[in-house]
Amino acid sequence: MNSTPPRLLDAGEAALVVEFGSEVDQVTNERVLALDRALATLTLPGLRETVPTYRSLMIHYDPVLLDRSRLVDVVRGIENAAPILPCAPNHLWTIPCCYDPELGEDITAVAAMTGLSTDRIVALHAGTTYRVYMYGFAPGFCYLGGLPRELVVSRRPTPRPPHPPNTILLGGGLTLITTFAMPTGWWLLGRTPERMFAPTREPKFLVDVGDALRFAPVNRLTFDALEARAENSEIVSKRERLR
Amino acid sequence: MKTVLRIIAAGHGVTLQDGGRFGYLRYGVTPAGPMDPLAFATANQAVGVPPDAVAIEVSLGGVELTVDGGPISLAIAGGTFRLQLDGNELPMPAVVRLAPPQRLAIRAGAAGAWCYVAVAGRIDVAPMLGSVATHTRSRLGGLSGRALEANDVLPLTSPFLVEPAIAIIVAPWLERAGDTIRVLLGPQNDYFTADQMAAFLQGPWTLSARSDRMAYLLGGQPLRHAKGFNIVSDGIAVGAIQVPGNGQPMVLMADRQPTGGYPKIANVIGADVGRLAQLRPGAQFRFLSVTIEEAVAARRAESQALAEPLILTPLRRTDLSSEFLLGLNLIDGIIDAER
Repeated sequence: MNSTPPRLLDAGEAALVVEFGSEVDQVTNERVLALDRALATLTLPGLRETVPTYRSLMIHYDPVLLDRSRLVDVVRGIENAAPILPCAPNHLWTIPCCYDPELGEDITAVAAMTGLSTDRIVALHAGTTYRVYMYGFAPGFCYLGGLPRELVVSRRPTPRPPHPPNTILLGGGLTLITTFAMPTGWWLLGRTPERMFAPTREPKFLVDVGDALRFAPVNRLTFDALEARAENSEIVSKRERLR
Repeated sequence: MKTVLRIIAAGHGVTLQDGGRFGYLRYGVTPAGPMDPLAFATANQAVGVPPDAVAIEVSLGGVELTVDGGPISLAIAGGTFRLQLDGNELPMPAVVRLAPPQRLAIRAGAAGAWCYVAVAGRIDVAPMLGSVATHTRSRLGGLSGRALEANDVLPLTSPFLVEPAIAIIVAPWLERAGDTIRVLLGPQNDYFTADQMAAFLQGPWTLSARSDRMAYLLGGQPLRHAKGFNIVSDGIAVGAIQVPGNGQPMVLMADRQPTGGYPKIANVIGADVGRLAQLRPGAQFRFLSVTIEEAVAARRAESQALAEPLILTPLRRTDLSSEFLLGLNLIDGIIDAER
């Protein structure tokens, strides 16, 4: 286990960045989440909220209530207290995804770039267990790590106009579940009927950072049926408790 | 009849804001909230409501509003906008009493880019993810996630009247010159060589007209990166100064995304985010590097400014413009409180 002490960086006087590395990898992300979970168990007046990302934890705090040196001591204390154990995921999610070219319009372009058949792309993308690395970009946009090497493609040369909501994207060595229509530089691989974010549902955000996630291929007919149920605020994915 | 605020006209970018949508940054949710938090809190405090209560944020596009039902008290603070009550000029920042069918018009004035209309009472709009703060890009908050428009109606719960009815808010802390903006260097200042750091602090920088609630874009001599401009996305604090590939810095403001992937050369200190927000396109300024101790002291001074009850000075006739005095002859009784 890599236990190099994290770098502590100030992002203004009200945010501390605890940086465990500069790359996207699972061990680094596990250390981020371990610190995040440890901080969540403490009552620390002035600590506002934390934002886990691939390789660092941003701690937003009120420096009038919580002195930086005290916060740094707490973080160092957690890091020194115990060897960091891998953070096993709490849940495994199975998210339906329709790879029909009508919904995943770039699947043939990805086939051309990778030299794989579209069937093989679906088998690889849906045959992998991913890790939820972080949310970002827009509410409920969910970044997944663990993409098979065969599916690593470069981004689009120029961004395209907004994709439909709930599109599954591929790019930059990751795959991403979207919620809102947004312009993107990534490739459109499929679409899920699931709502990763629904402001009037509990949970509002379906998955937690650190959870495991797989895609289950569904055909267009099944997609349409699930879409109608999801539109009715039903969760159409499967959740298994792992621990 | 229930008392409601009615929007007669609203320029682009007039929105409902509260203290911001916090607790969901980790899910990719933008905090939104006021561009100038100190002016926002001052307006709320002037009418005796909590500092993070829902208020109207007025852009340079201006707004015109009226009240249906009963009279209400409003406070207007932030920048120096032109304030007119039925065509009569009022000074800023001010507490105003508005009774049907009077109209309050707020237009871009001598200085400032954002002002706040706080209400004595509560603007009764359902929160989304715990907040009414409008973020139009993700359609959260406000009225269906959008900016205010003509004919919008804002219901008020438990409105009350403030004395004096028309008064100047004594808030010297809102008189902030904006030609020097203080920053803490980092967190990715190691992506720039020493001469580029010096160039960043030397400036000067000019605020671009393409700036909005999400980012203030800066024009000037482009900065060069020492080791590329792609970093693995990490957290973004308010006031973060990102330097994208074109070398033109951008300061991330209230509508920032909670994470991003460009190197952040420095971060505007909390006490200066609102000062920067109040600059107008074309304004020129420099950055000044300060220590974290100075940044915290400035933040503490700001919070102390609002620790005491605000002083409201009834308007005397000498404070009023000639247009206002002329108008008074037509609508006698408007400044009862000073008699």
